Amino acid sequence: METGKHVMRQISIFSENRPGRLAAIAHALGEEKINILAFSIAEANGFGVVRVLVDQPEKAHEKLLSLGFNTAFTDVIAVKMKDQPGGLYDVAKILGDSGVNIEYSYAYSGKEGAVLILRVDHVDDAIKRIKSSGAALLERSVFH
Amino acid sequence: MHYGAERIGVTVLPTSVGNTERQIDLMQDLGATAIACTPSYLLHIGEVAEKMGVNIQKDTKLRTGILGAEPWTEGMRARMEEWLGIKAFDIYGTSELSGPMFTECSEQKGVHIWSDLALVEVIDPNSGEPLEPGERGELTITILQKEALSMIRYRIGDISVLDDEVCACGRTHPRIQRIQGRVDDMLIIRGINVFPSQIEYALMAIPDVGQHFQIVVDRKGALDDLLVRFELNKEAFSNKINDLMLIRQNVEHRLRISLNVNVDVELLEPGSLPRFEGKSKKVIDRRAL
Ligand SMILES: [Zn+2]
Repeated sequence: METGKHVMRQISIFSENRPGRLAAIAHALGEEKINILAFSIAEANGFGVVRVLVDQPEKAHEKLLSLGFNTAFTDVIAVKMKDQPGGLYDVAKILGDSGVNIEYSYAYSGKEGAVLILRVDHVDDAIKRIKSSGAALLERSVFH
Repeated sequence: MHYGAERIGVTVLPTSVGNTERQIDLMQDLGATAIACTPSYLLHIGEVAEKMGVNIQKDTKLRTGILGAEPWTEGMRARMEEWLGIKAFDIYGTSELSGPMFTECSEQKGVHIWSDLALVEVIDPNSGEPLEPGERGELTITILQKEALSMIRYRIGDISVLDDEVCACGRTHPRIQRIQGRVDDMLIIRGINVFPSQIEYALMAIPDVGQHFQIVVDRKGALDDLLVRFELNKEAFSNKINDLMLIRQNVEHRLRISLNVNVDVELLEPGSLPRFEGKSKKVIDRRAL
């Protein structure tokens, strides 16, 4: 099974917990005409990690680096959900049954329907398990 | 220093500080091989050069840094030498003695004091009594060849250790080890003496920590509170919150061990602390009434 086409390049950015940091990141991406498809903020005491899926990850990474941000690429996968009550349950059950260990996840609901973004331990293995359990994974080309 | 360098045939560009981009242009155009400034300013130059797309190692002929006028550590030396591809030498003097007078030799194992020119002693800052070589205390200096304005056991206020062993370079002039701070820099945190240089020493040994940090002392209720804020190294970032929390724990732990007091630490983005062109101001003491 070809798994590579399902791997998305998420950008993770270290951010101090003070006003204006998210605006600084969003402004930088806007300036480069980079579209943000999904994002989440993980917060710890005093700092956070901003995670974004964008249409042009390389360009976004370069721009943020040039502004001095600590940024890194992270591989994530995106599972399609039904955009209706119970949609998340269906997917969560499949993930649980297939034994995939999730490090973190976030979701959005947009033009292509509802999507659950997942960071997992072993990406290739997780893709195989999720597909054989009957869930649909988005392809990288949908995003970038 | 300027005239001393000219005396041995060196072309000197007295650029002073400021307008760093222009200094980097000049270094490239004229093929400068050495620079004399504060360690903080050389860090600043390195960062500005990176922003300009200039690689100090590849795009300039710089190979020597003569750095002084503020305390710095071996950890900082190792980082600068690796990053900029130079040899960094410590230089020592004070404005009362007409500026920098003493420097390290090629061994980089302490600043030689020319003993025909000056007598340096280390004393206990409280009792004023001389200490043995190897003991840490306040430097005093007696200038042996100055006639108009004599200086006898002049208290400089810097803290160091004197080493009178013969140097591996063959010179018998005694050496002073790195200035560990000034008598008046010493912070007293809950009754324990803490020098900012100890904090720098501990931080620079941790690869996740960037070059810049700040020490904030405050009083919470009746207790002194020590906060060390540091920039994360550009390479240190992983996307996991957990890794970042481990970095914070590790830094707190190492500082507590080396200072013997509890320290709070704060992780900062690279570039968020103020940069200094002259002497850096790393300590903010908010305990003043
Ligand atoms: Zn020597």
